[in-house]
Parts: sequence; C-alpha cells; structure tokens
Amino acid sequence: MNIIVCAKQVVDVSEMKIDPNTKKPILDGVPQKISDIDKNAMEEALKIKEKHGGKITVLTVGPSDAKERVKELLAMGADEGVIVTPPEKHDYYVVTSLLAEAIKKIGNYDIVLCGEASIDLFSGQVGPRLAGLLNIPQITYAQKIDAEKDKVIADRDMGDKAVTVESSYPVVITVTKEINEPRLPSLMQILAAANKPINEWNGDSLASGLTSIVDTVELKGVSMERKNIVFKDDIDESVKQLVESLVKEGLLR
Amino acid sequence: MVLVYSDDKKLMLELLNKAGELAKNLGKKVNAVVIGKNDNLAQEYLTYGADNVIVVETDLKDFKVEEYTEYLEKTIKETGAETILIGSNKNGKELASRLAGKLNAGCVIDVNNVYVKDKKLVTERIVYSGNAIAVEQFNSKPEIVTIPPKVFEPHPGGANPKGEVVKKKFNVEKYASKILKIQEMQTGDVNVEDAEIIVSCGRGFKNKDDIKLAEELADVLKGKTIGCSRPIAADLKWLSEDHWIGLSGHKVKPKLYIAAGISGQIQHIAGMRESGIIVAINKDPEALIFKSADYGIVGDLYEVLPKLTAAVKEKTQ
Ligand SMILES: Cc1cc2nc3c(=O)[nH]c(=O)nc-3n(C[C@H](O)[C@H](O)[C@H](O)COP(=O)(O)OP(=O)(O)OC[C@H]3O[C@@H](n4cnc5c(N)ncnc54)[C@H](O)[C@@H]3O)c2cc1C
Ligand SMILES: Nc1ncnc2c1ncn2[C@@H]1O[C@H](COP(=O)(O)O)[C@@H](O)[C@H]1O
Repeated sequence: MNIIVCAKQVVDVSEMKIDPNTKKPILDGVPQKISDIDKNAMEEALKIKEKHGGKITVLTVGPSDAKERVKELLAMGADEGVIVTPPEKHDYYVVTSLLAEAIKKIGNYDIVLCGEASIDLFSGQVGPRLAGLLNIPQITYAQKIDAEKDKVIADRDMGDKAVTVESSYPVVITVTKEINEPRLPSLMQILAAANKPINEWNGDSLASGLTSIVDTVELKGVSMERKNIVFKDDIDESVKQLVESLVKEGLLR
Repeated sequence: MVLVYSDDKKLMLELLNKAGELAKNLGKKVNAVVIGKNDNLAQEYLTYGADNVIVVETDLKDFKVEEYTEYLEKTIKETGAETILIGSNKNGKELASRLAGKLNAGCVIDVNNVYVKDKKLVTERIVYSGNAIAVEQFNSKPEIVTIPPKVFEPHPGGANPKGEVVKKKFNVEKYASKILKIQEMQTGDVNVEDAEIIVSCGRGFKNKDDIKLAEELADVLKGKTIGCSRPIAADLKWLSEDHWIGLSGHKVKPKLYIAAGISGQIQHIAGMRESGIIVAINKDPEALIFKSADYGIVGDLYEVLPKLTAAVKEKTQ
C-alpha cells in the first residue's frame, strides 16, 4: 500500500502576539510546527503500513526550512519526504495544484491522507479540493479507518450523524483529531530519520506560472482584553468575591 | 449570476438574504439550487428572494459529495453562474472544496462577511485560531464562498415569486465509493449560539454524571445552557455535538461564560472569545484559561461549583 501524507508546517498559533502599535498579528519569529492533525494522519498511515506493508511519503508545500519539521514525521516512521517550494503568491488553488502535481510525480499511490483542517487557516479545503482535482473519491472527517486489500471502510464523524462509507483505491481521506493518538518517536528513530531522503522540488518546475486566485489584501489582528482577576485563596472567600463581582457586572438578578 | 446551495433550509434562507444583496450590487440574479425532488421547497425559495430555483433530480437517497459536486459543476457550467454561495456545514465545506478543485476556482471557507468592493468579491474570515481576520479578494471567476449558520439574518420571506422552478437531470460519473450506513447521533437540542449564559465543562470533570454540577449552576443562573470543550463531545461523547464550543465547534457570545475544568487552549478560546464576561474555574493556578478570563477561581471544581451554585441561589432569591 502506497500512502502519501500531506502535512503542513504552520506557526504555533498559541504563541502568536498582536503588535500593539500596528494592531497586526506578528508572524515573524513565531515557532513553527507540523499542523496538529497532520500527525494523526501520519499515525493512521503507519497503522495501515503495519498491516499491509508499502511505503509512506510525507508531502508538504512550504519553504525549505520545513525540512526540520518533515524530519519529525520521518522519525515517526515515514519513508521519504518531499518538500515543494511554492511561488511567493500562493493560495489554496496554488497549493493544491502543486500537491496534485507532486502526487502525480510520486506516481503510484493508494491513499492520500490529510488532516481534517490545518491549525492556522482551518479551512478543511485541501483534502476535498485535491480529491476533486485528482478526480478520485474522498472520505472526510474519518474517525476510524479500516483499510483492506482492495477497499477501505471508514466511519465519518458528521456531528449529528455517524456515516460509514466504503471506497476503492485511490482515495483521499481526511482524519479527525480523535482517530488516534500520534506516537512519539524514540531517540533511535529520531537519529535514524536523519538518513531518510527528503527531496526538494521547486514548484515552478512542477507547474510553471501558477499564481493565486484569492489574494489576502489585509490581515487584521484581533486582540482580547480581559480583566484577569483571579481569586486564589480560601474557596469560600473566592466564591463570595466572585458572586459580588458578578453582581457588580449586572449579571445576577 | 449568484448561485446558492445548502442542504439545510434554515441556512439556505440566510444565504438567500445575503445573495440578494450581492446580486443587487452586481446587477445579477439569484438562483437557488435544490438537489433531489422537492417541489414545495423549490416553490418556497421563490418567496425567499430566489429569482429562479433549479431542481436537480437525483436517484441518490442521501448526500454524496462526489455526485453532488458534479450536479453543481454541471449547473454552474450550464447557467454561467459566477458567484457561488454554499452553506458551511460539514457537507457544504467538502462540497465547495471539491467543486473548487474541479473548476480550478478560488474558494474561501467559513466567511464572516462577504461584499463587493471595487467590483471585486471580498471576504473576511477568522484565521490563526481567532488571532486575526484575513480580508481576501477574488481575482477570477467562478468564486466559491461558504457561509456558516447564523452569520447573516435569514431572508424575511413573503417575496412575490418572480421567476420559476426549472428541473434538470444530469448524467454523472459513477464513483467507486458508497455509503454503507448512516447513524443518527443523539442531540441535546441546545442552541449555544443563542444562549445568554453558558456554563461549560472540560476534562476537569471526571465522570459524565458530574456534568450535573454544571447544570445546577446554569439553572440558578437562569441560563440553563451548558457547553463543553472538544474532548468532552468528541472523545468522551458525554455531551452531544451541539454543546461543543471552539474553533471546530460552535462560536458563542453569551453575556456570561463560565469555563469549569477547561485548560484554555486557543482552539477553545476561538469559540468563546466574544463572550461578555468570562469566568474560569480551574485547580491549576498556571492554567492558560486565566489569561483569557475576567474572573477566575483557583480551586477544585468539585468544591467550587456546589458552593458557587449555593451562593448564587442565595443572592438571587
Ligand atoms: C485543529 C484543532 C481544533 C480544535 N478545536 C477545538 C474546539 O473547537 N473546542 C475545544 O474545546 N478544543 C478544540 N481543540 C482541542 C484543544 O486544543 C484542547 O485540546 C482542548 O480544548 C482541551 O480540552 P479541556 O480544556 O477540556 O481539557 P484539558 O486540556 O485536559 O484541560 C483540563 C483542565 O481541567 C483542569 N482540572 C482538572 N481537574 C480539575 C478539577 N477537579 N477542578 C478544576 N479544574 C480541574 C486542569 O488543570 C486542566 O486545565 C482543537 C484542537 C485542534 C488541533
Ligand atoms: N501546504 C500544505 N502542504 C501539504 N499539505 C497541506 C498543506 N496545506 C494543507 N495541507 C493538508 O490539508 C489539510 C487541511 O488544511 P486546510 O485546508 O488548510 O484546513 C491539512 O491538515 C494538511 O493535511
């Protein structure tokens, strides 16, 4: 079974700050990481490989410095990494087109795994968009995957419904955070990952002249000011003070 | 033309209202799409601002994204629709995204606002888990936008039907995927979006039964509504999905939000940051939630909640 895991390097949104003067979010210098749910996608790929054998390729569209992050997934157990560097102006159209071209170049694949959504942009667009572009079936929000030899059965978490579906290969599957607990690589695995291949492909060489359709014209920071009054002594006293505060706020009547 | 589709009628009425406004600015018409035979619904949409309604016939019993995408793709090609608004529930998001892939179209998911500026379609959406709003502009057509529930007011209805209901039947590819089973999940019939007071539960609760401590507090606050973090709904399934608050759950803005046993990860905050007053109860003095709260009590929720319930009761009697 050949599996491609699409993983994205993102800024750690919990570490972001807003510039008090410009009111814009500060993106420079924020720590980068692999988008959380992409690790669940990776874990699921490993489970499928453990059952059927095959090869796992990690694919990311992003800057060269994503290499360090891709190594984390190689340490978890992926066989190979591919980094496609996009043109400066890129949107979902550009990123997904590059993913599709890279997937065609990788060639033989049965399953493309994505996260249900990325932690920074949170669209859930790439998985189904890619399936549309490749014109293959898609299974989104998978909370359980049962990969058999020539078909896959998955349970989808649709909120008010649980939907069980079946598809042949190739197929794009997006996974939820709840599907599994991503493994932590051992020190040995981390060291061994250094020897696994990471290929870097230039986006332009995969598909030349791609340019974005949707342009970000402005990024407005949203800050949240709160009173941050914390009562931490005796519980009875804290409760009393909280109730008094709520009365003052006009919230109790 | 502005094309509007959702499988959720309520959401459809909200989209139709917005579509009408956009169409007016663009000098265009609004076409609503209904998939599956439903003449009543089609007629009804004509009174909710749709200039025409296109009914796409199907043999499928349930929503299936691959085929539904083709229905929309063919409808768009046939009608020349340029602006496509799709209701942003889980079905709508994957439908819009797949459609965008097939049409090589721009697509923005989950917008909070959409308008025309300098003859271009502009959207606004929340990014970076609530830290920023991205203003984005389309520079080619067709344009696909998904709109979540309750972002826009529904169309008031009562419009004089101007256009007609058009029936279409398309032959679509047979996809190698199928639905095996659909299981309805229990819902709690709560509407956290409309609640004025919410008491919300996180992993600090040790058992499903203990949720009643939050319910009792909600009751005396006359709020009655309880919410929860993702793990309580998604992992543990102690509360149904309609209680789930956060980035991937419901977005709420009550006057008072009480978070009990919730650590305050940014993905939870993303769903409740617009609340009036935020109160946190957590036994860990270092918990992140205190940074996002107006008032906090450091303590064991098993001790704090009953005492708080009693104190509120005494005060309000
Ligand atoms: C893409 C993505 C989307 C997400 N979307 C959402 C979302 O929509 N909503 C959401 O909530 N999360 C979401 N999450 C998950 C989020 O990151 C956190 O994991 C989650 O919010 C944590 O839930 P919690 O606070 O209930 O649990 P925990 O983080 O485990 O926190 C439990 C808290 O309870 C406290 N506690 C324990 N015992 C007691 C006690 N007896 N008394 C008082 N306090 C106690 C602890 O100190 C701790 O702070 C998302 C994550 C990702 C990656
Ligand atoms: N630049 C990228 N490179 C590789 N995979 C990506 C990229 N962006 C998004 N993805 C994949 O698509 C999923 C959904 O992302 P999004 O559509 O941004 O919510 C992510 O969880 C990844 O699996």
